[in-house]
Amino acid sequence: MTSVDTERSITVTVNGVPRKATLPVRRLLSDALRHDLGLTGTHVGCEHGVCGACTVLVDGTPVRSCLVFAVQVDGASVTTVEGLARDDHQGGQVLHPVQEAFRECHALQCGFCTPGFLVTIAAGLEARDRSAEITEEEVDEIVGGNLCRCTGYANIKKAVRHAAAAMRPAEADHTGHFGGGDGAW
Amino acid sequence: MTTKLFGEPVRRREDARLIVGKGRYLDDIGAHALAAAFVRSPHAHARITGIDVEGALDVEGLVAIYTYEDLTGPMAEPLPVLIPHPQLHAPRTGYPLANGEVNHVGEPVVMVVATDRYLAEDAAERIVVGYEELPVIVGVDAAREARDAVHAEIPDNVAARHHQETGDVEAALAGSARTLSFTQYIERSACMPLEGKGVHARWDPADSSLRVYSSTQASTSVRAAIAAKLELSLEDVEVIAPDVGGGFGVKIMHPWPEELLVPMAAIRLGHEVKWAEDRREHFIGSAHERQQRQEITVGFDDDGRITALDVHAWHDNGAYTPYGIIIPIVTATQLVGPYAIPVYRVVVESVYTNTVIVTPYRGAGRPQGCYAMERTMDRIADVLGLDRAEVRRRNLIRADQFPYDHHLTFQDGRPVIYDSGDYPGLLSKLTDLVGWDAMEARRAEAASRGKLLGAGMAMYVEGTGPGPYEGGHVQVLGSGKVLVATGLTSQGQGHETSFAQIVASELGVPIEDVEVTTGDTRRFPYAVGTFASRAAVMSGNAIALAARGVREKALRIAAEVLEADPADLEIEDGVVGVRGTPGATIPLRTVAVLSNPLRYAFDEAAKQATQFARAGSDDKPPVAVGDAPGLEHRDYYSPIRSTFASGAHAAVVEIDPATWEIDVVSYAVVHDCGNVVNPMIVEGQVHGGVAQGVAGALYERMAYDADGQLQNASFMDFLMPYASEIPDVVIDHQQTPSPLNPLGIKGAGEAGVIPGTAAIASAIEDATGRRIAAMPISPTELYDVMRSVDHERTAASGRRADVTA
Repeated sequence: MTSVDTERSITVTVNGVPRKATLPVRRLLSDALRHDLGLTGTHVGCEHGVCGACTVLVDGTPVRSCLVFAVQVDGASVTTVEGLARDDHQGGQVLHPVQEAFRECHALQCGFCTPGFLVTIAAGLEARDRSAEITEEEVDEIVGGNLCRCTGYANIKKAVRHAAAAMRPAEADHTGHFGGGDGAW
Repeated sequence: MTTKLFGEPVRRREDARLIVGKGRYLDDIGAHALAAAFVRSPHAHARITGIDVEGALDVEGLVAIYTYEDLTGPMAEPLPVLIPHPQLHAPRTGYPLANGEVNHVGEPVVMVVATDRYLAEDAAERIVVGYEELPVIVGVDAAREARDAVHAEIPDNVAARHHQETGDVEAALAGSARTLSFTQYIERSACMPLEGKGVHARWDPADSSLRVYSSTQASTSVRAAIAAKLELSLEDVEVIAPDVGGGFGVKIMHPWPEELLVPMAAIRLGHEVKWAEDRREHFIGSAHERQQRQEITVGFDDDGRITALDVHAWHDNGAYTPYGIIIPIVTATQLVGPYAIPVYRVVVESVYTNTVIVTPYRGAGRPQGCYAMERTMDRIADVLGLDRAEVRRRNLIRADQFPYDHHLTFQDGRPVIYDSGDYPGLLSKLTDLVGWDAMEARRAEAASRGKLLGAGMAMYVEGTGPGPYEGGHVQVLGSGKVLVATGLTSQGQGHETSFAQIVASELGVPIEDVEVTTGDTRRFPYAVGTFASRAAVMSGNAIALAARGVREKALRIAAEVLEADPADLEIEDGVVGVRGTPGATIPLRTVAVLSNPLRYAFDEAAKQATQFARAGSDDKPPVAVGDAPGLEHRDYYSPIRSTFASGAHAAVVEIDPATWEIDVVSYAVVHDCGNVVNPMIVEGQVHGGVAQGVAGALYERMAYDADGQLQNASFMDFLMPYASEIPDVVIDHQQTPSPLNPLGIKGAGEAGVIPGTAAIASAIEDATGRRIAAMPISPTELYDVMRSVDHERTAASGRRADVTA
């Protein structure tokens, strides 16, 4: 291949905002997010789908963005770490409970793997029955596919328990959603 | 709001940006930069017969191709030997791009620059390099046999013969009641930060200045190396370590070829250029560590007290020796651990192999030394039928023996004199924490479930905070903001938080007002780097001294305004007040304004410092002789020698005799790093270190084949642990402050990794009754050990069988 690759125009909703881009068909989703859309919060740790640092949510499901071509998500909705926190409508942001928990529990050191953990855990906690106390098996399952070289995982697992507790209806407001409001989280 | 934050588990300030995706790592910089990619050697040892770039030339987007022929001046010379040493008699380093010969797979041969990384890789794969293969040396044993040479002019493959001794070891061994001799091995692993290396360079032709971002642990020295190699004035080069996604040692090595080549290309092309290492490049092109063969002879008495220790080790340094013999020295000197060894001799031969270079990985020679010493303790206990904890206890340096001089020379060229510690205290805390004395009951309970259970322990002493120095700068602005800078870099250790805690505590200001910058040569140009568990000791103390200088100046200025004695003043929550006199106060920010006599009132606050607003003596200059404008101070901490932290770990393993899977079911840590700035951060460092220790004992190795091909150069094949492989860790703390530095602190960064291999080897040996003398060990290897009829059995297993019978 010596000339410019075939390009395609795609439309993807990224963190709630429709984005259009014309990209080479071989552009990885991770590279498209980082270099074409400037969303550098998604990190690339191995480029072969093992470390999980590049994990984003595609239509709510965790996906390794280094194993997907950007053109494959045409028409889909993508959530990156930049989209986890919610606008507080006062010029600030309300962090997702898992983001709060990571800070509170010292679940990150260098922070490079953190975005992948955050979106994976957020999806995992949102998919489960929030009224039940989280089990160790659930915690292990949620964090078990991502690599971290700094923390030894102890505080990441602690943060998952912490976030799960914060998202339990008893801990959240009367609507059953942490933080109330529009029902997110 | 309290301002005494030293010692508190303050939540990290860097997290605010990192948890929302606002970190700024190397590859987040330079969206419009050209991209570099490298053609790397596919052979472990070969002569280059030709480089044909023809096929790459029509790749659209190609900007430039560089080979060795394009390097000029100092760039065409070998890379520096960073740490020369008299015993490094045959140092060798590579070139930024291979000059006629390659000595390991992954060595850079050609650099390609294109408009994006995809196109740069397209071009790189179309470049054809001709090679004539040469014989390959892999592993310490092949290196010492020396049937072939890595470097033709070094036929024995020996780069250095590091030798230290504290007495006549032959005589002491001859006079010992008992002796034991044995050989053991430890394998290669690697730092493996989640972010690889990376470099971004921007040249400004208008003022001939170069700004380089590098994912490094040593920005000031990278700057000096770039200036030297590219023949630039130091003043025209600035190097910044942005957010760095982990280091663990591999980024203290510098200058990496890419750190020189990317700036060179940026200058030649007049355009910013970036290279971000991919994972495969990191496996084959960045440094590894840890392989050693250790031959040990120990003399001891019938009570298990060591009378003499003789160690001869061979250390695989890979293809080149840019980092000198630091790892051999650290192994040699840290090996003695917390024990009183009456006579000690050590020789570490550093040997060349056709593998990627070996430079420090968290622990940097200490895990190997600990493995040698602690396995020796286990052997003594085994042969004498003594408890392993008891043998250690009998050999420990007592708490009343400090300072304790080992009569050895450490990696900083300074004597190994332990400053403080309580090793018997560590051991007794450890046996309590892990339930050492109740292990037989656990063994029986596991046996009832068909499992083999065993326990092991290992102790260490870690020289931390080596010099020569670090510096700190603290400045209070008229806004009340306190700017803090130090030259060493951060890779996740939470320096922005712990250094801010130190300044808030020393200066008496709210931590919210403190902003810390590390690793930016624009802000602090003098530094050594982040390695050897030295950041808190070195920069922490330098920053404390700088803050004390600011405090002294602030009190002097405030005393004039408040007409009080400086000794009667205190600073709390950013306000200077007269102790016991409410109302007699002046905000620190106002003191900062007054510290800088002004002609021009550029803002409202500045009016207070202008020449007609301030009363002053007509016979004194506005800035006194010897004084300087501004409420700021720069200071340095340069220690007389390293400070020695210590600890003890115990591991309990359960082994399934059907699969020989090894499960670490308990892991206990007792840790002593003197006074602690932030216990949450220190505990995090211990957790991370233990994980790397377990990884190095059970999972990770660099699997080179005999041709020097790394067979497991991906995360699919190199078994870096997930959460499922890492045990829960229980931690107990002990604090023996260092008398050597103002804050009484010792380093904590590497400690967690040091004893893992030794403790887990001991536990497996205890569980199986088979001698474990090569680590790491996989279930398959353990299976081979167990089914071998002539594999050495421990004496303890024989005694246990007798009791059972």
